[in-house]
Amino acid sequence: MAIVAETSKFSRFAWPVLAWGVALIFFFPIFWMVLTSFKTDADAVKPEFLFSFTPTLENYANMTQNYDYWRFATNSVITSVSATLLTLVVGVPCAYAMAFNPSRGTKDILMWMLSTKMLPAAAVLYPMIFLAKGLGIYDTHFLVIMVLCLINLPIVIWMLFTYFKDIPKDIIEAGKMDGLNTWGEVREILIPLAWGGIASTALLAFIFCWNEAYWTVRLTTIDAATLSKLIEGNRAPEGLFFGRLSAVSTAAVGPIVVLGWFCQKQLVQGLTFGAVK
Amino acid sequence: MSIMRTLLTTAVSVGLSAGIASADGHAKELTIAIVNNGHMINMQKVAEAYTEETGVKLNWVSLEEGVLREQVTSDTATGGGQYDIINIGMQEAPIWGAAGWIEPLNFGEAYDVDDMLPAMRNGLSHEGQLYAAPFYGESSMVMYRKDLTDAAGVTIADNDSWDNIKKAAAAMHDPDNGVYGACLRGKPGWGDNMAFITTMVNSFGGAWFDADFKPTLDSDEWKAAINFYVDLLGNYGPPGSEGNSFNEILALYNEGKCGMWIDATIAASFLEVDGVAYAQSPNAGNPVGANWLWAWAMAVPAGSPNAEESKAFIEWATSKEYIKAVADHPEFGWGSVPTGTRASTYAYPEFQAAAPFAAAEMAAIESAAPEATDIKPYVGVQFAAIPEFPEVGSAVAQEMAAALSGAKSVDEALEAAQAAAAAIMSEAGY
Repeated sequence: MAIVAETSKFSRFAWPVLAWGVALIFFFPIFWMVLTSFKTDADAVKPEFLFSFTPTLENYANMTQNYDYWRFATNSVITSVSATLLTLVVGVPCAYAMAFNPSRGTKDILMWMLSTKMLPAAAVLYPMIFLAKGLGIYDTHFLVIMVLCLINLPIVIWMLFTYFKDIPKDIIEAGKMDGLNTWGEVREILIPLAWGGIASTALLAFIFCWNEAYWTVRLTTIDAATLSKLIEGNRAPEGLFFGRLSAVSTAAVGPIVVLGWFCQKQLVQGLTFGAVK
Repeated sequence: MSIMRTLLTTAVSVGLSAGIASADGHAKELTIAIVNNGHMINMQKVAEAYTEETGVKLNWVSLEEGVLREQVTSDTATGGGQYDIINIGMQEAPIWGAAGWIEPLNFGEAYDVDDMLPAMRNGLSHEGQLYAAPFYGESSMVMYRKDLTDAAGVTIADNDSWDNIKKAAAAMHDPDNGVYGACLRGKPGWGDNMAFITTMVNSFGGAWFDADFKPTLDSDEWKAAINFYVDLLGNYGPPGSEGNSFNEILALYNEGKCGMWIDATIAASFLEVDGVAYAQSPNAGNPVGANWLWAWAMAVPAGSPNAEESKAFIEWATSKEYIKAVADHPEFGWGSVPTGTRASTYAYPEFQAAAPFAAAEMAAIESAAPEATDIKPYVGVQFAAIPEFPEVGSAVAQEMAAALSGAKSVDEALEAAQAAAAAIMSEAGY
């Protein structure tokens, strides 16, 4: 008994310490980036100045004076929100069909969808550029939204599929007995029951859209350029000016970190109750 | 319903933005892809006057060097139209000009093309035809602390011998008090450590390739140069030099930790310590010289629908008038004018007063020799103007950093570098 009591006392203490330790390790690069954004470029490369330095806002002033931060940020919001919504509009019915009306080919379709993620993006860069230019949609919100949607669709369908699989089929059938049509089943039963999973999937998809850099840098010029392009453009030929770059990066990830902070309850709930546990 | 409404709104806004984009396609508007260079960033503000005067709207897209190259090549391959003006370096200008990827540039008499420094003009031309106009140029030179050399009783002369440079570095070296004799680039990269190392090899009589474009990294000249480099930087350089490039050394220098620094002439305008003196790069008597030559230039991609307007803008942005406009701009002044392009810039007394390094910089640029010679059968000083060079340079750079850190001996590193370079060149069909 004494051993059990000691063990539980130890684990009560040790696990939180371990969890905090791991969390701090993960958080440290972000903390470092934020700290560096308030240093001059000269101080930023001096390791002895990690904590003791005279804070400056010159990097943020440079960012807003020399670059149109708000244009990039607006484009990021438009493309990420639209692409996330479009992904859900396509993904929810798709996952619903596969979870509640599976056929013999469902597993293969799921695997095929996942396999599209294995294709190196660079392999289709030129065809994408040719297509976009041929269709006259290069550097438009429409193109970025479509590309972000297609990139995230496999992972979104997989996540939703596994959440939906946890919902007893009987409930859906009971709805059918009560006279609900398919849309009614989705709206009245599926969405309320799987809300946590859908919300966390949407949040993850939004984060992926916001952070996407390969395509958003290469398929845009001015009109649809997102924050990824702003960061990319701040890499100078003389090397990396860490102070400047950290300010731009902090301003770019800031909104998503704040959003994640507010939605962490849904995010954790969704991730722990769903299949990605 | 709210989801449907949001989607409809998005669709409408997407349609509108696509419509607006296509409607603006043929307006007086130029899209300029630039590297994130300070002079280019300043140009965005100075060029507001150009827009006011001509009505041409300028859209600036700042890109990382590698991404810029990739976007421009893909733009050219897909018929162009994405960018009207692009920033390219001296490495690409002759290659892209020869390939027909960029338009030849011919300007009016008022432009005074003869005022352009000959080294710059030659480096940006192919078969005598200018393909890109420089907005900023640089060479390399020795920036040393005269107070420290005086205290140590040593001197550094123009085009000094490497032995004397080592002697001066040893005399100033005082690590206990945080002063290192020589700070040099060590971070691997074809534009980082290899820029300096290549000029050093040149001055030892070596070159990247022989007349058949076979790599010559196993030559005696390379061995002598790299042994000297590792010895100089290993014994009299700051610890961790294999991680240092321009920015890191600039920070060290401004903290008073470097006795001397051999690097880009642009560095002189950022130095904040007292007692800095300048000398031309060391040379062992080789005609190729040890002064590197680089320029960021503006070019018009072939296929640009606005080629005439683009050339007109480049003519203005690289003119004498532009330099005066920067000097007269309330936010800038003579200390911020782009240097290394025109002889007339160096003739202004105001510029000479604002830039004490002006004479040394101009001498360095003028003595740089990018032309192909019997010793060096390619264009370029600190690089070879062939498409394969960035790949070869990057592979060799890693080996040189390994030699500097002690992970490999100089012989082992050069052997591996030669093998890597030979493989890349052979694959490329040389």
